[in-house]
Amino acid sequence: MSALIIRDLHKRFGNTEVLKGINLDIDSGDFTVLVGPSGCGKSTLLNIIAGLETATAGTIEIGGRVVNAIPPKDRDIAMVFQTYALYPSMTVRQNITFGMECRNIPKPQQDEAVARVARLLQIEPLLARKPAQLSGGQRQRVAMGRALVRDPKLFLFDEPLSNLDAKLRVEMRMEIKQLHARIGTSIVYVTHDQIEAMTMATRIAVMHQGEVQQFADPDTVYNRPANLFVARFMGAPPMNTIQARLEGEPGRPIVVVGQGDTTVKLPAPASIDAKWLGKPVVLGIRPECIAEPTRQFGDGSTPGLTITAPVEMTEPTGAETIVVMRLGGEKVLGRVAPDIRHTNGTTGTFAVDTRKLCLFDPQTERLIA
Amino acid sequence: MFNSGSPFSRAILYAVAILLAIGYLIPLVVVLLNSVRTAEEIAQTSMIGWPRDWAFHNYVAAWADYCIAQTCSGIRPYMLNSALVTLPATLLSTLLGAVAGYAISLWRFKGDTWIFALVTLGVFLPEQMRLIPWTIVLRDVGLTNTLAGLVMIHTIQGMSFTTLFCRNYYVAIPQDLMKAAKIDGAGFFRIFHRIVLPLSPPILIVTVIWQFTHIWNEFLYGVTFTTGTQQPVTAALIALSASVADVPQHGVQSAAVVVAALPTLLVYLFGGRYFVRGLTAGAVK
Repeated sequence: MSALIIRDLHKRFGNTEVLKGINLDIDSGDFTVLVGPSGCGKSTLLNIIAGLETATAGTIEIGGRVVNAIPPKDRDIAMVFQTYALYPSMTVRQNITFGMECRNIPKPQQDEAVARVARLLQIEPLLARKPAQLSGGQRQRVAMGRALVRDPKLFLFDEPLSNLDAKLRVEMRMEIKQLHARIGTSIVYVTHDQIEAMTMATRIAVMHQGEVQQFADPDTVYNRPANLFVARFMGAPPMNTIQARLEGEPGRPIVVVGQGDTTVKLPAPASIDAKWLGKPVVLGIRPECIAEPTRQFGDGSTPGLTITAPVEMTEPTGAETIVVMRLGGEKVLGRVAPDIRHTNGTTGTFAVDTRKLCLFDPQTERLIA
Repeated sequence: MFNSGSPFSRAILYAVAILLAIGYLIPLVVVLLNSVRTAEEIAQTSMIGWPRDWAFHNYVAAWADYCIAQTCSGIRPYMLNSALVTLPATLLSTLLGAVAGYAISLWRFKGDTWIFALVTLGVFLPEQMRLIPWTIVLRDVGLTNTLAGLVMIHTIQGMSFTTLFCRNYYVAIPQDLMKAAKIDGAGFFRIFHRIVLPLSPPILIVTVIWQFTHIWNEFLYGVTFTTGTQQPVTAALIALSASVADVPQHGVQSAAVVVAALPTLLVYLFGGRYFVRGLTAGAVK
């Protein structure tokens, strides 16, 4: 069953169209992450789902019911905000019970619900405190408690971790993921952080300029990006995208990068349509597919391929070393083992994982193979 | 440039500040001294001088039995009039201004900036310009020469200030709080009452002090729209000074002035620090 269905959703502010026909079908129990750069419309979309803003056109269905004309409080949703949005003059307990108070739920039932949520989130000792007396992580927990106590059909998270420091963010990320695994309620989660998207989501919707670029599971989004935007947005560092040509013959296509003596030839995915032969394409290759020459990719059944390339710079990160090199004249990043150091200006040898090459149409920027 | 740390420049700073303070306080000192001097003494010597005999009975006379325009009851009934105008008008205008400021700042609606501009225009309209319109309104609603009429005028006019103050304060309340409350199911007045009002004491103290002081000290409407026993104390003081007795009663008049100024003075003394604090405070930390 679908927890949320969005059909042809448009949103216009004056003359600017911020959402240009969004279509999403979110299954019950899914953890869907809306990810994209700032200004892509993801927060507007979330606000429209919540009923805090109205759509210019299109329909929204939550739990099988069209909710366009239904106010936020009756949409059976709960929302967690980036700024936590805790009521400053109320205690933690009052913050959590405020929604039930508005719904005239009897006091004993309220107490029971608070106790359940406080135990779940381990905020029992904080119930009598005011938000100002809490740390950032504790506030975040209380904000989640306020959402959880509703027991809604759909949770909406609006960049909930952006105001936390890096360490706490990683901790809360895992906690939210575990929480989702335990309660199983559908979540729509907005973030600009592609790592949050990759680590938490069961489905990712990558948004850009008011459109959904790709809506798929994290592995597909990462390995088979639907277009160049997604390829360059997901991953840190992102996928290398370089100008290339397709040569060879049908069934044995070869992608060629560069000209003259810097030319590099790689076996292209055999699935590519023969009509691309002899035409320019954009080659997408993840940095981790370019490694030190001793690396074995996969189970070793695919014959390894090594290339040589001039090294421009190395960036040791501790867990690995990022190498900036020239591949057929184009700047490309590779990820090699942490203890490997290349001298700038020398030529290095690298192993290439050719199983995961992506090819894009230079005009439409869409994935073609 | 001044180095404010050196003793010499500090001395100069203090000297200037003290001189300014003295200059500012001299009228008050003269009135205070005259309020305890007899009329004869003032007439024989001058308006400025140290009291020879402490004439505290001036205050008794000013409060209870001095004659103002044929009524010999002192300024007591007029003080009561002022209180009956000032207290309700202050409370009403503050409350209405808070609701209006809340609506304008946190419930964005079509034309809200225009409404805000119109309301605050009232801050800049001179009192004199509004005299005739108010005269017509008072006549039409039948409140000419009544305290209720003054309450109405001050409440409505005060809303320009109170709305401006409250709106500027509430604008700092994050929109996310409003969103959270709407999802929780709270409506316009519940959000106001449970979330916005508890954050408001700093700005409410500011508006109450501001309104109280202005309405209490207001003179033009008082003297224009009321006569006789309906006058607020500011208007009555003029009648008092105009009552030509055998000897000019400067002592009693001064005492009356001091008594009339006392409420706003007390409000300032007890609320002044909240006033400054409230003006600089943000809504939410």
